[in-house]
Amino acid sequence: MADNKRSENSRRRFLKNIGTGLGAISVGGAAAVAGNKMIDSSGEKVRVLTAEGKVLEVDKDALKELKKETNEKRESAREGIPNRKFIMVIDLAKCANARKCIEACQEGHMLPKDHEWIKLYSIQDAEHTAPYWLPRPCFHCDNPLCVSVCPVGATYKRDDGIVLVDSKRCIGCKFCMTGCPYSARSFHWKDPEVEAPEDHVYDPELNTPPVEGTVGKCVFCADKLRNNELPRCVQACPMGALYFGDLVEDAITNGVETLRFSETMEQKHGYRYLEELGTHPSVYYLPPVNRLFDYESGLDGLSDQNRERYKKTGPRDAKR
Amino acid sequence: MVRITKKNLVKELTTEIISTSRNWYLLFGVFVLVWAIGIYALIQQIDKGHIVTGMRDNVVWGVYIVNFIFFMGLSYAGALISGVLHLFKSPWRAPVIRFAELITVISLCIGPFFIFFCIGRLDRLPFLFAFPRIQSPITWDVIAIITDLFGCFIFLYLSLIEDFAMLRDTTDISIKPWKKKLYRILALGYVGTKKQHRLLSRAKNVMAAMIIAIAIIVYSVLAWIFGVTLQPGWHSTIFGPYFVIAAVFSGTGLLIIIMQLFRKIYKLEKYITRKHFVNVGVLLLIIAAFYGYFTFSDYLTKWYGSVKMDKILIDKLFEDYYLMFIFANYLGILIPLIIVGIRKFRTIRNIVIAAVIALLGLWFNRYIIVVPTLETPFLPVQDYRMDFIKYSPTWVEWSLTAAGVAIFGIFMMLVSKIAPLVSISEMEVSEEVQDQ
Repeated sequence: MADNKRSENSRRRFLKNIGTGLGAISVGGAAAVAGNKMIDSSGEKVRVLTAEGKVLEVDKDALKELKKETNEKRESAREGIPNRKFIMVIDLAKCANARKCIEACQEGHMLPKDHEWIKLYSIQDAEHTAPYWLPRPCFHCDNPLCVSVCPVGATYKRDDGIVLVDSKRCIGCKFCMTGCPYSARSFHWKDPEVEAPEDHVYDPELNTPPVEGTVGKCVFCADKLRNNELPRCVQACPMGALYFGDLVEDAITNGVETLRFSETMEQKHGYRYLEELGTHPSVYYLPPVNRLFDYESGLDGLSDQNRERYKKTGPRDAKR
Repeated sequence: MVRITKKNLVKELTTEIISTSRNWYLLFGVFVLVWAIGIYALIQQIDKGHIVTGMRDNVVWGVYIVNFIFFMGLSYAGALISGVLHLFKSPWRAPVIRFAELITVISLCIGPFFIFFCIGRLDRLPFLFAFPRIQSPITWDVIAIITDLFGCFIFLYLSLIEDFAMLRDTTDISIKPWKKKLYRILALGYVGTKKQHRLLSRAKNVMAAMIIAIAIIVYSVLAWIFGVTLQPGWHSTIFGPYFVIAAVFSGTGLLIIIMQLFRKIYKLEKYITRKHFVNVGVLLLIIAAFYGYFTFSDYLTKWYGSVKMDKILIDKLFEDYYLMFIFANYLGILIPLIIVGIRKFRTIRNIVIAAVIALLGLWFNRYIIVVPTLETPFLPVQDYRMDFIKYSPTWVEWSLTAAGVAIFGIFMMLVSKIAPLVSISEMEVSEEVQDQ
């Protein structure tokens, strides 16, 4: 009975591992692994159910080895979530530089405090126009230059629109950083000194822990999306300025209200940042009209460091 | 005019192979020391991370990539001088052709190391071959540089075979037995039969044509690493040919400097004369004119229009980088033009000075192509960390730069112990040498 239970557990573990996206591994592959390990096999056999419904007997040690191989979700992360095209809409009228999105992102992705996957810019487009706060996550472009220039395929675009980085593949050449026109990527110049929990499974969808000498960037919290949850920054925004949604369903939500994406774009004159570069971002902006907060309120309560960074704010060409 | 005879030729051009002076050891020691400091800096960088360099999230490539482009450009000395002069059978090429070929191969070996220094995970370098993506200009570069390196090495070797055979057979000078043995292997059984001679010269012609083509491809690909991005200042259609011309410019400049250095150190005054300096100098003049024209038209079009990012960049060049811009793009081009262009300024010393200025100017030209653009991203740099706003290279980067120069010297000096720096076989057939 005890034996039976153990084999039951092993089976579940095995199937779970298959289920995490390695369905492609054939029975032959499993058998081959078993064959290789025949010499030091324990002799204990377990029954496994294949995708085709066949029941096979495999050596118990083989299962352990296979589990080790599937411990990382690097391959499964390359598959997008089916029938989705994720988009983000940022309502600039609601952003007050509360910086909660940055904090939630850094906590969730084990980032050092000076790494910001979502950044808050103070932007003034021209001399006589009003300044506003601009949250900038990765734009997950549909024509991503970072993906084109990567020499080893460490950064890739999925069919659900998300651009990810495999930090176990990245060689750290930084070409993607010069390729990205939005400065959305950051490099780990030193050891981040972050310890992952012991049972941590590496998954580019979460992309933790940070690795020295590799490039990181916003991942649209692809791990949360798998569980039908909103990205961390969207959940954290106290103003509800960040909306996340799906172009296929034509719906976006900030966790409080759910809107039709197309209607919102139409009514509020949505646009994309630096459209003329032809990168086709997946992040849309709603212009800062009828603002809920004035620009100055975004400077209140900032730490000295953060105040420092916005000191020279102004239109970049205003002084000429 | 000093008479050069065949017998003297072998004797005088092989003095370095036969004996080694104390000064040689001294200079070699200095180079090794500089190189060792560079290695220490590299160990620091690998140990502590790229934080020890001045590179940060905006300026992700700094002096390293400038050196990379620069050294790759120097390799043009060989592609142009040796390739073109060989194909057109210029009568005066004999004493300078070997220098040009050596500069090519050595700088081609050094250049790629500077891009390795930019790479965060050197342990993953094999991924470039394990998971290559042909869409990436870096992959183009890997293919092009490897091809160029092989091509130039073969060309250099082909031109050395006759000299190796001569050194193997000669009885005029005493060569250490181990070197004799080495020459026997390296000469590949060449004894100078008609057939061998014909095959060798045909191979040399083919390789000369090929390395010209490959070199143009290599340097264009290198330029496209910048050109394909959207960054202001880089996203330019002119970059391919502009970089090629700049590379020839630096290669020619270095050739003049190396000619003068080895002429003094190895006492080759008899072989390398003012005529050679003037001839290479005129080449420098022509290329400087082209290079100046490309530079002018690149900046003129950026400045005249009013694209916001271009304007911000140009303003930065004329404010933060004013002196560098003047030196690189005015003095670096005009001084060579004036010195070589006006006949009475054409002394050996002046031409060498012009070459030094041209070379330094070109290095700074590369610097102001790379760094100011990276300091001017589309979204303004808003950071409280000063080093993230303004790039300044650290001692690590300078040490490795110096180490690059040192290793160039080390290679050059080592080669001079094995192979004649002035091609004996080329000299023999050149018209200045008399039989008696």
